[in-house]
Amino acid sequence: MSVKTPSKLEKILDSDQLAITSECGPPRGSDPNAITKKAELIKNHVDAINITDNQTSVTRLCSLASCIHLKLMGLEPTLQMVVRDRNRIALQSDILGAASFDIHNILCLSGDHQKFGDCPQGQNVFDIDSMQLIQTVRHMRDEGKFLGGDDIARPPRMFVGAAANPFADPFEIRVPRLAKKVAAGAEFIQTQCIYNLDKFELWMKMARDRGLHERVYIMAGVTPFKSAGMAKYMKNRVPGMDVPDEVVKRMAGVPKEKQPEEGINICVETIQRLKECEGVRGFHIMAIEWEEKVPEIVERSGLYPRPQVE
Amino acid sequence: MIVAEKKPIEEVIAMVKDFRKILIAGCNECVTVCEAGGKREVGILASALRMYFMQQGNKMEIDEVTLERQCDHEYLEEIRNTIDQYDAVLSLACGVGVQFMAEKYFNKPVYPGVNTCFMGVTEERGVWTERCQGCGQCILDRTGGICPISRCAKRLLNGPCGGSTKGKCEISNDLPCAWQLIIDRLKELGRLDEYERIAPVKDWSTERAGGPRKVVREDVRQ
Repeated sequence: MSVKTPSKLEKILDSDQLAITSECGPPRGSDPNAITKKAELIKNHVDAINITDNQTSVTRLCSLASCIHLKLMGLEPTLQMVVRDRNRIALQSDILGAASFDIHNILCLSGDHQKFGDCPQGQNVFDIDSMQLIQTVRHMRDEGKFLGGDDIARPPRMFVGAAANPFADPFEIRVPRLAKKVAAGAEFIQTQCIYNLDKFELWMKMARDRGLHERVYIMAGVTPFKSAGMAKYMKNRVPGMDVPDEVVKRMAGVPKEKQPEEGINICVETIQRLKECEGVRGFHIMAIEWEEKVPEIVERSGLYPRPQVE
Repeated sequence: MIVAEKKPIEEVIAMVKDFRKILIAGCNECVTVCEAGGKREVGILASALRMYFMQQGNKMEIDEVTLERQCDHEYLEEIRNTIDQYDAVLSLACGVGVQFMAEKYFNKPVYPGVNTCFMGVTEERGVWTERCQGCGQCILDRTGGICPISRCAKRLLNGPCGGSTKGKCEISNDLPCAWQLIIDRLKELGRLDEYERIAPVKDWSTERAGGPRKVVREDVRQ
């Protein structure tokens, strides 16, 4: 793999150092401070910050504008883009919009079904899927052309990412699906939150057996539990999530006031163990509405200070 | 077939209550099979409306007819000589039949008695499920005979998404994950290696996106 974009995240991954990303969810309103405050909390401890795109289909301030706020702070955003709400015209247009602000990372996603959000009666689009969005960004960047075939003046220079969920079903196609995303052009992967480490390590082994770890940078996703209730909710209610019973038991086994600390402990232990897993090239810390804990997680995991790259 | 559901009777009453004489027209095709608008449902609806309007002291006259099809000129012509005696027609055909009736009898109000839902199959008596959205470019040869456009909630051509859990779709435990079905079938056919072929961006111009569609066959045209 060689560096193809000005992305700092790509340079750090290319330098063989473990990369750290985190994410901020935009507000349900237009106050830019909601974004900039979260970014302030984590900016010294991460290499890039994902901005979610109307996650769980709840209408929020848009990912692109939020990324611009980060860019104006001198930070490195990763534009999350779902194919649920925009057709190929709007997707390409927003990619160019992001490129015009020199946003250099993009994460290509399907998006949760709108049933889960605040507009369950709305239309969805799904003109293209996440696999095809990866292809689209790569096409725009590498060929300098629109999907329609015309030339792009000043093509986007984006490091192209995708999600992978090692825990969704059917398990047997989870690695073939990763291979498919790599073939489509994904350059980095951020995984679903990992609680079942044995299963994740099996998935990584299967990925290594196909040499995929040498063709794509895999960043392991982690989310600290704030409470035993959250662990139970994630286990039972969130589609595609695998939370083993012993993790729920461990959270429930400590007094309520100690549970946040236990959640952080589990998260740090996860990172420590997966640092040793061949093919894991970094961590994506999704501290949902708990951004202030990201610095502690990074420091206790021995991943601070963050590397400086040219 | 085209699957439809009966409209709630309150909605039907609100549509026809101001008329004196109406014709309820069933259709002997799809809506008969899905038990929403065939001869039997015409009879049941006519009886229920007669009873309701009688209780209201409203002298509504209601006649019944069930045509072989409402999507063909030939069968719609069968009521040409009698339609003028009615103030309105309540059609229990699918939306196609309702519209063709309205086109043919231009000065006659025509009301829909069913909600037209989808193209699907009878899984068991009383259970109908969707199979096709008429995209105009069939891809079933590449997906093990299972359509991700009509059966995946996100119409993913390269699924499944991360929400597929124990064979079910993220939006409902009652809904099979289309991509689980596709993978199971590809495996059964010994063609799982085809899963890794990336389906290209689809041309939706033959679907609803391209505007109202038309098929012309010069070889059979008269």
